[in-house]
Amino acid sequence: MTTPEQPIVKERAPARASDSDTNTLPSTSKLNAKNINFFYGSFQALHDISMDIQSNKITSFIGPSGCGKSTFLRTMNRMNEALRNTRVEGDLLLDGENLLGMDVTYVRRRVGMVFQKSNPFPKSIFDNVAYGLRVNGITKKSIVEESVEKSLTRAALWTEVKDKLHKPASALSGGQQQRLCIARALAVEPEVLLLDEPCSALDPIATLKIEELLFQIKDMTTIVIVTHNMQQAARLADYTGFFLLGKLIEFDDTRKIFQNPNKKETEDYVTGRFG
Amino acid sequence: MTMEISLRRRVVNVLMLSLSGLCTVLAVSVLFFILGYLLVHGVRSLSFAFFTHLPKPSGETGGGMANAIVGSGKVLLLAVLIGVPLGFLAGVFLAEYSNKAFASLIRYTVDLLNGVPSIVIGIVGYALVVLPMKHFSALAGGVALGIMMIPIAVRTTEEFLRSVPNSLREGAMALGATKAKTIFTVVVPAAISGLISGMMLNLARVAGETAPLLFTALGNMFWSKGWLQPIATLPVMIYNYALAPQEDLHQQAWAAGFVLLTLVLVINITARLIIARGPSSSRR
Amino acid sequence: MASSSYITDILRRPPERTFLGRLKAGDEISYLTTLACAASILLIVGLIVAELWTKSQPTVQTFGWKFLSTSTWNPNSDQYGALPFIYGTCVTSAVALIISIPLGVGAAIFLAEMAPPRLSNMLTFLIELLAAVPSVIYGLLGIFILVPLIREYLVPALRNTFGYLPIFEGPFYGVSMLSAGLVLAVMVVPFIVSVSREVLLAVPTDQREAALALGATKWETTWDIVLPNASTGILGSVFLALARALGETMAVTMVIGNTPKIAASLFAPGYSIAAVIANEFAEANGKLYISSLIFLGLVLFGLTIVINAVARILILMTTRKAA
Repeated sequence: MTTPEQPIVKERAPARASDSDTNTLPSTSKLNAKNINFFYGSFQALHDISMDIQSNKITSFIGPSGCGKSTFLRTMNRMNEALRNTRVEGDLLLDGENLLGMDVTYVRRRVGMVFQKSNPFPKSIFDNVAYGLRVNGITKKSIVEESVEKSLTRAALWTEVKDKLHKPASALSGGQQQRLCIARALAVEPEVLLLDEPCSALDPIATLKIEELLFQIKDMTTIVIVTHNMQQAARLADYTGFFLLGKLIEFDDTRKIFQNPNKKETEDYVTGRFG
Repeated sequence: MTMEISLRRRVVNVLMLSLSGLCTVLAVSVLFFILGYLLVHGVRSLSFAFFTHLPKPSGETGGGMANAIVGSGKVLLLAVLIGVPLGFLAGVFLAEYSNKAFASLIRYTVDLLNGVPSIVIGIVGYALVVLPMKHFSALAGGVALGIMMIPIAVRTTEEFLRSVPNSLREGAMALGATKAKTIFTVVVPAAISGLISGMMLNLARVAGETAPLLFTALGNMFWSKGWLQPIATLPVMIYNYALAPQEDLHQQAWAAGFVLLTLVLVINITARLIIARGPSSSRR
Repeated sequence: MASSSYITDILRRPPERTFLGRLKAGDEISYLTTLACAASILLIVGLIVAELWTKSQPTVQTFGWKFLSTSTWNPNSDQYGALPFIYGTCVTSAVALIISIPLGVGAAIFLAEMAPPRLSNMLTFLIELLAAVPSVIYGLLGIFILVPLIREYLVPALRNTFGYLPIFEGPFYGVSMLSAGLVLAVMVVPFIVSVSREVLLAVPTDQREAALALGATKWETTWDIVLPNASTGILGSVFLALARALGETMAVTMVIGNTPKIAASLFAPGYSIAAVIANEFAEANGKLYISSLIFLGLVLFGLTIVINAVARILILMTTRKAA
């Protein structure tokens, strides 16, 4: 890939431990946040968040509701920009390039997102998955068809829907709809996939299916998942960050966070002693 | 005093409640009277020639209103072409782009326009099109009715686009769709059944308008060539024939009234049933 | 996989940051087009006001305020006074409201307080269809059905009971202010019913329950508790109906008699602002004549705007309070 000409390109800075404070981990970093502050109007929702998201790993964010984990997730594909009266400060690097200075649609093609409530478009299953390609100018039938099949297969949905691709997506069950949304996000082959509590509305079996598929696709994309379910974080994630009141309290190896956290607040939360 | 409700209070209760029921019966029965009279008088006067022939002078049989039917179609087509795109796009702006202050300014202006009496819209059509072109014309009628369609088009669009859940917009934008593509490939299609029925209601409303056409489209006893000639329309024909002294023209007016009312009510009811049934797609 | 690299090739291509590139992406076009359409509505309304204003200036300069207070309307001598039209408009609207308010509010009470929801919705649907009937059809029915009925039954009845009142004096011509008022009444009822019903439904249920629990009858609850709560909104619906009645053209033109005289009796023919414009505008010649008609249009425009605004504020006040 060629380096795009950007007015505010930061120098490529492979993440090193010295780059930022204690939350940095030594490995290949895909996304690199430095001192991110975020404001809804005058309310500061995020305070000085810095972290490295590792390539082809699953990173999870946990914390009580309103702690800023979703807000931080949504800054990583600049989804918050759609909201009025918001402001972000700090640096966010994607492969060392300044993500906040890029064209926003370009960012979102590279950093995909799956939402808490499945949101299939009122179109057919096929058109849902093909949407991201078509809207970005890829309309050649054979390519679209191939990609739709591949994406649905990766999202573990192909066998269930291959005979009703042109039926409306709304006919699918809740869990299937969420996997369809994952397939839809995968079709544009994002480098990072952000998931905002994707299983919160699903039953355990549907949840398990999604967790399994996330393991499957880990080798092709970097995954960041926000969850309110600590067991899910423990099962899925390689790294886990704990958020509290808009601050990143601790970010480390998942096992470390759950078994031997450094901070008192983290320990209180993961052991269920939290307020 | 006991807890028992006195006889007087009970009588008043029953009496007044019955009266309110009577009011409802009266209001609803007016509709059936209207439908009944038009059906009786209209069907009696209706003939095949009504749809295929030009008007004939009073006393000659076999006259029709073919030119007025086509004329109404032409004027309404122009109105739709002018009013719907403009109102729709303005509604898109209000629902998707506008800041609060500008939106309320536009909304207020739209309400204002909606309240303008139709006869005044006629004057405006005259001043804006007839005077400069020195000609009564189908175009002038279309402009007048088109202006009348704008307010409902704006409000319908804004309302139905706002009812599309934000999660769909986010879903599209998260796939790299630009705002424009999000609006026109996801939001608008999600609201399409509401939008179409809203526009149908809008059309039904102006299809029966007479006042704005009196001095724009004017009228014509013959076929109107092109778009820049005076043109006959059903409502204006009804008006002229109803006020004419001849009995046979009154019959024609009834027939035209029946056709016009059927057209307007069919469009209106269809649209409202679509809205009431709600979109069949996955709007949540 | 070939297609995979093809997809990533295309999707990883950063967008052109040139003006043309952004234009191609459609965002600017979409924004600017929709903005232009929204702004053009301001322009259209501005244009309407400007046209009415400038084209009515000759009359304003010639007659001034006297235009509104004199009653000679004579195109032959180029004398124009709008009083008969203003009078006719007001009288017919008043007649319409006197009949339609009790009828409409009564029906709204039944639909909101008594009828089961499904029946209520169905009946409201039917009543609202009345608003969809074109006004020229009301005119048609007015001339051929309503006027004979009034002549046959209503006029003798009114003469017998209220004949001593000046408003029911003199011969009945068929076309008259009374006929116009009655047609208008029927036309505005759906507006009163539909808005009043909404307003009544917005009154919180606990208010009703409290009254019923204290032993009030259904009617007492409605009259003493629910109606006062909804009165502002119902007044709003009345203003809405008034605005409709003032601006209504065709039905009135067809049954009012089109005579620019001020008569005390409702049986006498009259004229309304909208009707005189409808009748005379197309044939009007002479600058002052046309200008006077356009000035009448401006007066009507101003009146309906003010009344519509009042109606909207009143309705908003109650629905806001309830929500």
